[in-house]
Amino acid sequence: MIRQGFFERNLRYLFPLPAVIFVVVLMVFPVCYTFFLSFTDWSLTSGKPLNFVAFKSYVDVLKEPRFLDALGRTFYFTFGAVIVEMILGIALALILNRSFAGKGVVKTLLLLPLVATPVAIGIVWNLFYDPTIGILNYVLSVLGLPQSGWVSETKSVMPSLILVDIWQWTPMITIIVLAGLAGLSSEPYESAKVDGANARQVLFKITLPMLMPTILTAVILRAIDALKTYDIIYAMTGGGPGYASENLNILAFKYSFEYFRMGQSAVMLVFLFIVVMGFSLGVMRLRRAFEL
Amino acid sequence: MFVALLVLLCLTGSVFAQGAAEQAKPEIRVLLANHPYGELLKTKIPEFEAQTGIKVNYESLQESQLTNKLTTEFATNSSTVDVFMTRPLQEGLMFIKNGWYKGLDKYDFSDYPANSVDIGRKDGVAYIVPLVTEWQVLYYRKDLLKKAGLSVPTNFMELEAAAKAMNKDGVAGFASRGKGAAAVTQLSSYVYNYGGRYLEGGKAVFDSPEALEAIRFYGKMLGTYGPQGVTSMSWENVMPVFQAGKAAMWTDASVFYGQIVDPSKTQIPASDIGIAQLPRGPKGDAPFIVVSWGMAMSAKTKNQDAAQKFLDWATNKDLAKEGMLSNITMARDSAWADKDVRAVMNPGLVETQAHAAKNGYPFDRPFMSSVGQARDIIGEVIIESINTKGTSSKLPALAAEKAKAVDELLKADGEYGL
Repeated sequence: MIRQGFFERNLRYLFPLPAVIFVVVLMVFPVCYTFFLSFTDWSLTSGKPLNFVAFKSYVDVLKEPRFLDALGRTFYFTFGAVIVEMILGIALALILNRSFAGKGVVKTLLLLPLVATPVAIGIVWNLFYDPTIGILNYVLSVLGLPQSGWVSETKSVMPSLILVDIWQWTPMITIIVLAGLAGLSSEPYESAKVDGANARQVLFKITLPMLMPTILTAVILRAIDALKTYDIIYAMTGGGPGYASENLNILAFKYSFEYFRMGQSAVMLVFLFIVVMGFSLGVMRLRRAFEL
Repeated sequence: MFVALLVLLCLTGSVFAQGAAEQAKPEIRVLLANHPYGELLKTKIPEFEAQTGIKVNYESLQESQLTNKLTTEFATNSSTVDVFMTRPLQEGLMFIKNGWYKGLDKYDFSDYPANSVDIGRKDGVAYIVPLVTEWQVLYYRKDLLKKAGLSVPTNFMELEAAAKAMNKDGVAGFASRGKGAAAVTQLSSYVYNYGGRYLEGGKAVFDSPEALEAIRFYGKMLGTYGPQGVTSMSWENVMPVFQAGKAAMWTDASVFYGQIVDPSKTQIPASDIGIAQLPRGPKGDAPFIVVSWGMAMSAKTKNQDAAQKFLDWATNKDLAKEGMLSNITMARDSAWADKDVRAVMNPGLVETQAHAAKNGYPFDRPFMSSVGQARDIIGEVIIESINTKGTSSKLPALAAEKAKAVDELLKADGEYGL
C-alpha cells in the first residue's frame, strides 16, 4: 500500500479551503451578522449595550413611511433604468453587429462610460444638471424650451438619476448582447432566408428568441446592480431633495452612519437582501424556462 | 507543500517581528478634518516630530467621513486612533455617552470662553478642546446694493426689501442653505431672532408660533428670492453661485469669508463683497456662535503621553495665532486679543465676531445625540416652507408632528426633558 501524507490525502479539501474561508469570512459572516443585528435595538446614540428585541425593529421600520417610499423608489429606479437600458442596449448591439467604417472607434467610445468612476460621473453630471450654471438648462433656454430643476427638484430627480444610470450602463448590455450575437449559429438564418422571411421576422422570430438566455443574464446582472445602486445617488443628491431620491441602500446607509441606529438599518438591509434574492431567483427560473 | 507553508510562515513571522521593533519609537495616529486648520496642522507636524521624536501618522478626512470612521472604529472596539478633530455639537454628546473621549483633567482651559468648553463637558469633566468658532453673518454685494440705492440691511424687513430690489437680471436676491438637514444650522439664527428655539428643557419646541414664524420667513425669502433648486443646496452649492455673481446676499457661517474674497476662486472683485452681522429679527438679535471644531483624545489611546503632547501642541497659542493670520477664526481668547492679528484681520470679521460673542447663542442645531436624524426631520419642515414660499397651511401641523418625532428620538436616547 502506498503511504499518503495528511496533505496528499486531504488535497480535495485543502485546495478549495482558501476560497471557502474567503467566502465565509467576507460574505456569509456579514450576512448572518446583519440578520442577528436586525433582531436587536443596537443604537449608538443611546449609549446603551445592544438588547435582543425580537421583531421590534422590524415593526418600527415597517411603520416608517420613509422606508416604504424608499422601497418603492428602489423598484422605480431599477425598472425605469433596466427596461430602457435593455431596449437601447440590444438595439445598439444589433447595429454594431454589422460591419461599417469606424466600428472599432464607436465600440471604444461606448466603453468609456463603463470605465469611469461613479463619483466622477456624479460630479460631472451634477455640473450639467445645475439649474443656474449648468449646460443642460442653458441648452434648453437656447432652444426656447422650459427649464428643469433636474436633480434639485422632487418631481424630476428620479428620472434625472435614471438618465445617468442609462448613460453609464447601456454599453454593458450592448457588450453582453454582442457576445451573445457572435455565438449564434448561422443555420437558422440561412433557412429563414430560403423560406423568404423578412428582416422583421428574422429579428423577432429568430434573433431575439435565440438571444433570450443572454438577454436574461444581462437583466439579472444589471437589475441586481440597479437594486443596490448607491454610488451615483450618494454622489449626486445624497438622497435629496428632502428624501426624494432615497432608495433602500441610501436609507440604510443613513440609518447606520448618520443616525447610528444599527438595528433598524440592519432590518432595511435584510429587506434589500430579500428583494435582490427574490428577483434573482425569479429571473433565473425564467431563464431556465427559455433554455429548455 | 510543507516547505512552501514553512517559508510563508517564516515570512509573516518576520514581518510581525519588524512591526514590534518599530513600536519602540513612540508613534501616534491622528485623524484630521479637511478644514483649513487641519491643513495648517499638516504643514507643522514635521516640526512637532522633530521636537519630540514622536512619529505622527495622520489621515485627513471630509467632516462626515471623519465622523463615520471614528464611530465605526470606536463602536467596533478596534480603534487605533489617539487624537482626533471632532465636532462638539454634532457628535460630542454621543461620543461622551459612549465613553469614547478621554477626560482632559490636565488641560489648561483658562484661555477659552467658558461656554465653549462647557459644550464638551459632562459631570464636571471636560472632553474637548475648542479649536475653531464660527458665527452667522450676512455676505452681500456692495455694488448691487449701491445700485439699488439701499444700505446694508439691519433687520429682517430691510433684508426682504433688499432681496426684492436686487432679485433681477439672473441674480438671486437672497441665498442661504435650503437643503433640509444642512439648512437647519443656518435657519437657527432666524429662529432665535424671532424668539424661538429648537429645543428647550430637553423637549422639541420648533413648532412654537415664534419658530414657525421664522421658518415661514426663511421659506418665503428662499422660495421667492432664492436661486433655482435651492432645496438641494448646501453651502458647497450656494458658494459657487455667490462666487459667480449670481446671488446678491448670502447668510451663512463666517468661515467662508476667506474663500469668497479669494481672487482665484471668485469672479467678483473683493472690493465689491461686504460682510455684516446677521440682521436682527422682531424679537431678538442673537446669531449663532458655535465651536465648530474641537480636538480630543481617544479613551482607548495606548500612548497617552505622546497623545497628550500632541494635543497640547496642536491647540497651542502660537498655532492659534497662525490660524488667525490665515483667516481661521480660532476659539482662544488670546488669539483675538493679539495685536498682530488685529492689524491684519478683516474688520468685518472682527466686528461681527464681537457682536456675536456678546449677543449670540452657542448652538446652531438641536443639541442631542440623535442630531443627524433630528436635522433631517426638521429639514422636512424647512423644505415644505421653501416650496410654498412660506405660505403652506400644513406647516403648523407638520411642525407639530415633526416636533413629536424629535421628542421620540430624545426619549429613545434617554435625553427627553433633561
